[in-house]
Amino acid sequence: MSSGTIGSRIEGMKKELKVFGWIAGVFLVAYFLPLANPKINAAILEAFKLLQWYVRNHTLACVVPAMFIAGAITTFLSQAAVLRHLGPKANKVTAYSVASVSGTILAVCSCSVLPMFAGIYKLGAGLGPAAAFLYSGPAINVLAIFLTARVLGFPIGVGRAVGAIAFSMLIGLLMALIFRREEQHRNNVQPQTLPDDAPHRPLWKTSAFLGCMVAFLVFSDWFNPGNVIVQTSDGGRFAAVTLQETKDEVVFQLQQDWKGQASGEKVTVPKREIAQVEEAKTWVMSVYHARWYLAGVMGLAVLLMAWRWLTREEVNAWMSNTWDFSKMIVPLLFGGVFVTGFVGALLPDKVVAGLVGDNSLLSNLVASVIGAFWYFATLTEIPICEALRKLGMHSGPMMTLLLAGPALSLPSMLVLRSIMGLKKTVVFTVLVVIMGTSTGMLFGHFFP
Amino acid sequence: MKKLQILGTGCAKCTKLAETAEQAAKSLGVEYQLEKITDINAIMNFGVMMTPALVVDGVVKVVGKVPSVDEMKKLLG
Repeated sequence: MSSGTIGSRIEGMKKELKVFGWIAGVFLVAYFLPLANPKINAAILEAFKLLQWYVRNHTLACVVPAMFIAGAITTFLSQAAVLRHLGPKANKVTAYSVASVSGTILAVCSCSVLPMFAGIYKLGAGLGPAAAFLYSGPAINVLAIFLTARVLGFPIGVGRAVGAIAFSMLIGLLMALIFRREEQHRNNVQPQTLPDDAPHRPLWKTSAFLGCMVAFLVFSDWFNPGNVIVQTSDGGRFAAVTLQETKDEVVFQLQQDWKGQASGEKVTVPKREIAQVEEAKTWVMSVYHARWYLAGVMGLAVLLMAWRWLTREEVNAWMSNTWDFSKMIVPLLFGGVFVTGFVGALLPDKVVAGLVGDNSLLSNLVASVIGAFWYFATLTEIPICEALRKLGMHSGPMMTLLLAGPALSLPSMLVLRSIMGLKKTVVFTVLVVIMGTSTGMLFGHFFP
Repeated sequence: MKKLQILGTGCAKCTKLAETAEQAAKSLGVEYQLEKITDINAIMNFGVMMTPALVVDGVVKVVGKVPSVDEMKKLLG
C-alpha cells in the first residue's frame, strides 16, 4: 500500500466539495432570482445577447487560434533561456530590459507570473528587475496585446504595450531606489540549474512557425471597419460606419454632416428609407474580402512546418498545452462576458459615465484603484473594457484599467506580501496606482 | 519508500505533474509518499525559479515542465 492514497483522498474530497459548491450556488441563484422584476429580465437577456455577440464575432476566428498560439508559446519557447538573463549574476541593464519585455513571450498564464517573480526576487537579479517583470509580465503577452488592438482599437493596443514596457522599467528602478538601503535578505539557497532544454531547431524555424500562426490570427480575425456610402430613397447620400443592423433598422455613425446631424453622431435609419448601401473601397476592405484566402495560406504553412519540423512528442505536447489553456481560459472568458452583460444592463450608463466618463484625474484614479484590486482573469479584461466603453467609459481611464488591472489584484497582493513583506507590497501597489493613473491620463489626452 | 514533492501554486500543469509522477511510480511498483507544496516561499527554499517542479527524496529532478511518463520512470527508477 502506498501512503499516497491519504493525500489523494483529501484531494478527492476537495474536488467533491467544489462540485457541491457549484450545485449549491446554482440552486441559490435559481431559488432567489427575482424574475418578476423587469430590470432583471432585461439584464438576463442582455447577458445572453452580449455572449452571443462575443461567440459569433470573436470565438472561432480569434479565441480558438489564440489558444493554439498560447500552447505553442509554452511548448516551443524556452522560459529557462529568459530566466538565465535574470539570474543572480545578471548585468543590471540586461536584467531590466529583459524583465520588462520578456512578458511578451512568457507568462501567457497569469498563475506562472508570481512564482517567476519570487524566483527573480529571491534567487535572481533582485527587487528592481523582479518588480519590472511583475508589472509587465501579465500585461504584454502577445495575445493580450493583439486582442486589445483588435477589440479596443489599434492605438489602445500599442499604447498598452508601450506603456507597460516603459513603466515596468520605471517601477523596477523606483522600487530598487526606494529600498536601496535594505539588505537583500536572500535565501542561502543556490538556484537550481535550469534545464538546458536548448531548442533542437534553429531559431528561424521557431520564429517562422510562430510568425505564421500569428499571421493566421491577424488575417482570420481581420476587422471589417464597416465604412459605407449610404444612398437614401429620397436621393440623399452620406458616408458612414455601420454600427448595428437589425431586422428593420440600421444604426450608422456619420462620417460627414447629414440632415442637421454633425459628423460622428449616431443615426438610426429605417431600412425602407435606404436605397443602397455601398462599401467604401479601401485596402482594409480589400484585405477583409481576401481574409480567408490569406489565413488559409498561413494555415497551410503552419501545417506544413508542423509536419516537416516537429516530432510527434512535440505535437502532442503542443496540443496538450493548447487544451490546458482552453480549459482554463475559455470558461472564464465566456463567464466574464456573460456577467459583464448582466451587470452592465443593471448599471445605468450615467453611473459609469459619471465615474470614468472623462479624462479627469479622479476618473483615472478610480479606474486605477479598481484595476489594482480587482482580479482579471487572463484576457477577460478586454471584453470587460469593451462593455464599459459602451456604457460611456473614456479612453484614458480604459488605458489606466488595462495597465493597472492585470498587474495586480487583491489575491496577488496577499501572495506578494508573503514574498517581500508588507512595506514593499504597499509601496509597489501605490506606485502601480500612480503610474497607471498618469499614463492613462496622458493617453486619454492624446487619443480621446 | 520514495518521497515525492510537487512544487507549484496549483495551476493545471502542477496537477498534471503530480498525476504523471504517481502514474510512473505505480507502474514501477515503487512505494511513495506524495506531497504538494504550494507556498511560494517554501518553493523558493528549494531554489526553484520555475514551477511546476518535482523533488524526489530532497533532490530537485524536474523544473518548469511536465515530462512524459517514460521520462518520469527514468527519473524515479
